[in-house]
Amino acid sequence: MALKVENATKKFGDFTAVDNLSLEVERGKMYGFLGANGAGKTTTFRMILGLLNQTHGTVTWNGKPITYANSPEIGYLPEERGLYPKMRVEEQLVYLAQLRKMPAVEAKREAHKWLERFEVPHYASKKVEELSKGNQQKIQLIASLIHRPSLLILDEPFSGLDPVNVGMLKSAILDFQKQGATIVFSSHRMDHVEELCDDMSILDHGKVILSGSIRDAKRSFGKHNVRIKMDQDLTGLKEIAGVEAFTKTHDGAVFRISDEAVAQTLLAASMKLGDLRHFAIEEPTLEEIFVAKVGKAHA
Amino acid sequence: MHSFWIIFKQAFLTKARTKSFIATTVIVAAAFFLLANLSNIIDLFDGGSDEAEVLYVLDESGQLTPLLQQQLAAADSPVQAMPTEMSERELREGITEGTIEAYIEFEQAGTLVARYVTESANGMGSGADVEQAVQSMQTVLASGKLGLSQAEVGQLFLPASFEREAVAVSSKSEEELNQARGLVYVLILLIYVAVIYYPNMIAMEVANEKSSRVMEILISSVSPVKHMFAKIAGIGMLGILQMLIFGTAGFFAIKSAGTDLAGGISGVFGFSDLKVSTFLFAFLFFLLGYFLYAVLAALLGSLVSRTEDVQQLMLPMMFLVIIASFIAFSGIAMPEATYVTVASYIPFFAPLVMFLRVGMLDIPLWEPLLSIAIMLVTIGVLGTIGARVYRGGVLMYGPSQSLKDIRKAIRLGDNK
Repeated sequence: MALKVENATKKFGDFTAVDNLSLEVERGKMYGFLGANGAGKTTTFRMILGLLNQTHGTVTWNGKPITYANSPEIGYLPEERGLYPKMRVEEQLVYLAQLRKMPAVEAKREAHKWLERFEVPHYASKKVEELSKGNQQKIQLIASLIHRPSLLILDEPFSGLDPVNVGMLKSAILDFQKQGATIVFSSHRMDHVEELCDDMSILDHGKVILSGSIRDAKRSFGKHNVRIKMDQDLTGLKEIAGVEAFTKTHDGAVFRISDEAVAQTLLAASMKLGDLRHFAIEEPTLEEIFVAKVGKAHA
Repeated sequence: MHSFWIIFKQAFLTKARTKSFIATTVIVAAAFFLLANLSNIIDLFDGGSDEAEVLYVLDESGQLTPLLQQQLAAADSPVQAMPTEMSERELREGITEGTIEAYIEFEQAGTLVARYVTESANGMGSGADVEQAVQSMQTVLASGKLGLSQAEVGQLFLPASFEREAVAVSSKSEEELNQARGLVYVLILLIYVAVIYYPNMIAMEVANEKSSRVMEILISSVSPVKHMFAKIAGIGMLGILQMLIFGTAGFFAIKSAGTDLAGGISGVFGFSDLKVSTFLFAFLFFLLGYFLYAVLAALLGSLVSRTEDVQQLMLPMMFLVIIASFIAFSGIAMPEATYVTVASYIPFFAPLVMFLRVGMLDIPLWEPLLSIAIMLVTIGVLGTIGARVYRGGVLMYGPSQSLKDIRKAIRLGDNK
């Protein structure tokens, strides 16, 4: 196990921000961290980074606690943009890379390589405050991985970006993973986690309420969705036993069912109503799992 | 150590390259040249001072004019007395029209009565010269009437010899004090400005890094304590550089002003007798004062989340510096006062006040050394506390900015 967090607890006075959190991330994997705002994601990251000491528990990277001795192996993208607004992009990237022990000459070369990749080489001599939010986030991402860390921690890397920029950052992060880096990132966008990650944790009020591989999570969730497309009115079918929820769509309906057998009943019933254009059993989305789990925890 | 130098360099270079820093340095250096050459420059524009000013004399007896001319010449005055045949009305018209600068009318009736007429009360700068000359004339005339000999008249004009001497062992002679006073005054002013200006710069930098959240990246790369001290050292280097530039500029400014100043301004300010030890102590107290206040400023800067709040939190620190400056500046007149002596051992006042005492008095060496030791200990203690506050403070984001947050920051930094 490359990154190991064991029973980490963080208390601020009487308030428990993170409660007995454990997770393991294998080398070269992408790990997703889900949670509503205030769930304890940033606090967990700060503990991993050694910015905060945990009240209990341990955090290790390759078997060693994370200190300033191994900080060059780690890259961090904070949730709120963290760059010098008045410093020029290139100077800034080189400075931050140097602090992570990368020689200036090499840092300069890497900075230009990454700026090229993000199609913004002409920003090298611009001040950060002159750039748009999306472009600032590109610079922020470069700053977090320019020194080739083996562990990259990204706190909400995609928030507030347009789809084009999200796509660009995603592919860069995936490429970086392919080069062997272990990546942990947080998001409240389930689709991003679903798309990129192998494993994940869902955090709520400082507690892990679900963790493991996304596939297992979906399987163990048990519930499935049945999507039917046909012109006839499907409202009557929601009375069938095992249907938990019914949502009308513009060209049919979606049923949430308690187990897969109910799907067969639905298929038979709908065929009796008329011509079926589309029938599919869908896995639950992470979003549904999240809402179900976190919603329950809140209730 | 590697990252220490990177932060040090960065703190130094980014500030040294700013337009405001370059502009301040150039303007102050230029101001030194301007001040040192002020009298030369005034002479340049005030062309009249070398030209003779003509003073018309209405003198019925005709005997007073040569006497006046003689007295004016003796006083080295630029005023030239000239007898005139014009009537008083013509002279008055001349003054109103501006063709005549001034005239003087004598009546001799026992004592000398003179009326000096110019366009306005301050119209002619040489009024004092003329008055003095007329006074002397009166003495000469009176002594003539009394039938005194030339030698006796000479004795009348002999000035008294007046010397001051101080008895206390530690005090310097009055002449020495006068010389030291100007130099010490200027150096105290420099230290005062430096312990306000540079620590303020640090507090702003820290608050800036915090508000732009780049701090999180910085302190996940290097320890906050290293970051803090590297920053303080970097800005300190900047301060030394700027002070060196000012010092060099001041030196050449005085030299460029020429021989005139050697006995003039520089004499008054004590620069003619430059004491190496005074400069060494000034440098030492500048450095110590800077470090003391810089640590305090970094600590305070780490507590705020917005740069707008820096000034508010810096206020208590500013008061300390201002109180120190009051004691120091008032102490220039009486450096041996008890409150000055006491204040010179209080670490926050010592950079200004102990320097004042070292500069003005001949105190035994152990006194400044003791004060320096007290300051070093204080810097050590403050540095330790500052580092603890800083560690938590930089992670603390909140609306409330008060000194109470220091405790909260220490808790967050330690969080045991």
